[in-house]
Amino acid sequence: MPGGGRPSLVAVQDLVKHFPGERAWFGLGRPRTVVRAVDGVSFAIQAGQTLGLVGESGCGKSTTGRAILRLVEPDGGRVTIDGLDVLTLGPRELRSLRRRMQIVFQDPYGSLNPRMTVRQMLVEPLVIHRIATGASAGAADAERRVAALLDEVGLNATFGRSYPHELSGGQRQRVGIARALSVEPEFLVLDEPVSALDVSVQAQVLNLLAELQERRRLTYLFIAHDLAVVKHIADEVAVMYLGKIVERAPAGVLYAAPRHPYTTSLLSAVPVPDPTAQRHRIVLAGDVPSPVRPPAGCPFHPRCPHPKKNDRCRTEPPALREVAPGQLAACHFADDPL
Amino acid sequence: MTEPSPLLRVRDLKTYFVTEHGSGTARAVDGVSFDVRPGETLGIVGESGCGKTVTSLSILRLIPEPPGHIRPGSFIEFEGRNILTLEPRELRAVRGNQIAMIFQEPMTSLNPVFTVGDQIAEAAIVHQHLTSAAARRRAIEMLQLVGIPDPAERVDHYPHQMSGGMRQRVMIAMALVCHPKLLIADEPTTALDVTIQAQILELLERLQAELGMAVMLITHDLGVVAGTADRVVVMYAGQVVEQASTVELFARPLHPYTEGLLASVPRLDAPQQGRARGRLHSIPGQVPAATAWPDGCRFHPRCPYAWDRCRAEEPPLLDANEGREGEPGTHRARCWLVAEPQRRTARP
Repeated sequence: MPGGGRPSLVAVQDLVKHFPGERAWFGLGRPRTVVRAVDGVSFAIQAGQTLGLVGESGCGKSTTGRAILRLVEPDGGRVTIDGLDVLTLGPRELRSLRRRMQIVFQDPYGSLNPRMTVRQMLVEPLVIHRIATGASAGAADAERRVAALLDEVGLNATFGRSYPHELSGGQRQRVGIARALSVEPEFLVLDEPVSALDVSVQAQVLNLLAELQERRRLTYLFIAHDLAVVKHIADEVAVMYLGKIVERAPAGVLYAAPRHPYTTSLLSAVPVPDPTAQRHRIVLAGDVPSPVRPPAGCPFHPRCPHPKKNDRCRTEPPALREVAPGQLAACHFADDPL
Repeated sequence: MTEPSPLLRVRDLKTYFVTEHGSGTARAVDGVSFDVRPGETLGIVGESGCGKTVTSLSILRLIPEPPGHIRPGSFIEFEGRNILTLEPRELRAVRGNQIAMIFQEPMTSLNPVFTVGDQIAEAAIVHQHLTSAAARRRAIEMLQLVGIPDPAERVDHYPHQMSGGMRQRVMIAMALVCHPKLLIADEPTTALDVTIQAQILELLERLQAELGMAVMLITHDLGVVAGTADRVVVMYAGQVVEQASTVELFARPLHPYTEGLLASVPRLDAPQQGRARGRLHSIPGQVPAATAWPDGCRFHPRCPYAWDRCRAEEPPLLDANEGREGEPGTHRARCWLVAEPQRRTARP
């Protein structure tokens, strides 16, 4: 386990999720292919820390987040939260564990019920988890909790009466965060929580997430495609490509000295808001291959700009191995980075 | 040194929309002026609702009327001709021919029932009167130009058979088939992954150099602007709030909105934050509604420096060097701080 010392709150081992691909006869018949969305992902997050999970569209980062919470059922692997084996829990136990692990989605409009007021959305989880009842004696308690939650995410108590369409994108995302926090979880999966927001509002929400983490000692899995955002918030970063983690390291190490050529290319492609910056941009050729037919050998080899790329890359999949203290990379040439 | 005469001159552009339910008139674009010079890249930056897209649609007269309308007194001049007074026939000769546009979402802007070749060829047939065989050859050339592998085969593909990056290349091929003098690119890379964004930005840069066209790049991403634009116009609440050369704007932002925006961007080149994470600067509050812009300076409710004058009096675009109003040119900001710089005290 990375970092040794303290035990991890969340541990994921060899997580696998395959989706059935296209079917032979007009959507009938047996699927001919499988989409290897998540293909053996392992990591651990210590309590109170943030793991940033980054990658491009279709790399499997969101599916990983959902499989950990069993919002999609994984096909293999092991997930433990505070020592509890998540994947073997029955429905009742899973429901009680859900109190301790919650998710915030990218699109706060799509994930909020348009027919419910903010107050109703915040009370519902309290009722389901029997933290407070919506009726009589418990109602006053529920109201107090809703007011406190709104205050905690920086919304005025009057927002309780609002419907989602009356809110701006930033306010909706604050409601999404409040809803996740209402059951007092320890672990939050944040799936692209600021990607849909404007820059100035994005900064507000990132600051809010950082404050909440300190105050409530939350553990975050922060899923994003934006490496600059992840740099700001994560303690450790894992980079995914075609369903696999290709590099994982403490944030400071990963950004300063990436070892996988994909990480290096991604970092070089991020536009920097400084017109005088002298940067060497590595432009990768082609598109991400389909996860239905991942390339043989190293999945990155068809796009890899490494000058030493050879037959071994085309045939032998590189293992994710420790290349420096705390830093893992899946590249045959990790000792000779770009 | 004499400045080349601008390719496009926009003066006091006002595009308003009548909203449903009679809740008032949305002044989406409210007195915007700027120039695009031949061959340059002008970045237009702003957040959702600032009016940057409505500005670009107004230039091509693509505003749906009703509910929208371009107010009398607005002036858009392209190569010496006022676009707003062109007859439909004359307008068609300009649109898609001398001025072309690419959009953010290549899937919704391509027709799913025609091959990409047909769609590229259409403009060549309409504007350049090519035969369909010649237009097809032209489409293949264009696909080659924008870096699509196997263009002779890809020309018969439908949009759904292509990836997002490929579709954006097809959009660019369609836009450039008539060698426009001005390309308006509205968030051309926003829907794309960062490695594909790098490919498209590099492609646009190469094509601009090869074809010598001017590009109006509309984006919310200050990083994209820093890497590509020669000059930048910053928009807020339907107005231009600052304009300058790119280097000047990033080195010396004058408007508190620009300053705040630059400070709110999480940066890859920032020093590692570590456990004692520094908070990002954020601009408090949110963009006001276009039906009710604040009085005085439209940014004053969110501005850390605002004083009485900002609440009472709307600032014009002031020249940073002389503090006077004038034609759009060097470094200008719509802020009283330009006239009273001593008020720019340390941020609270």
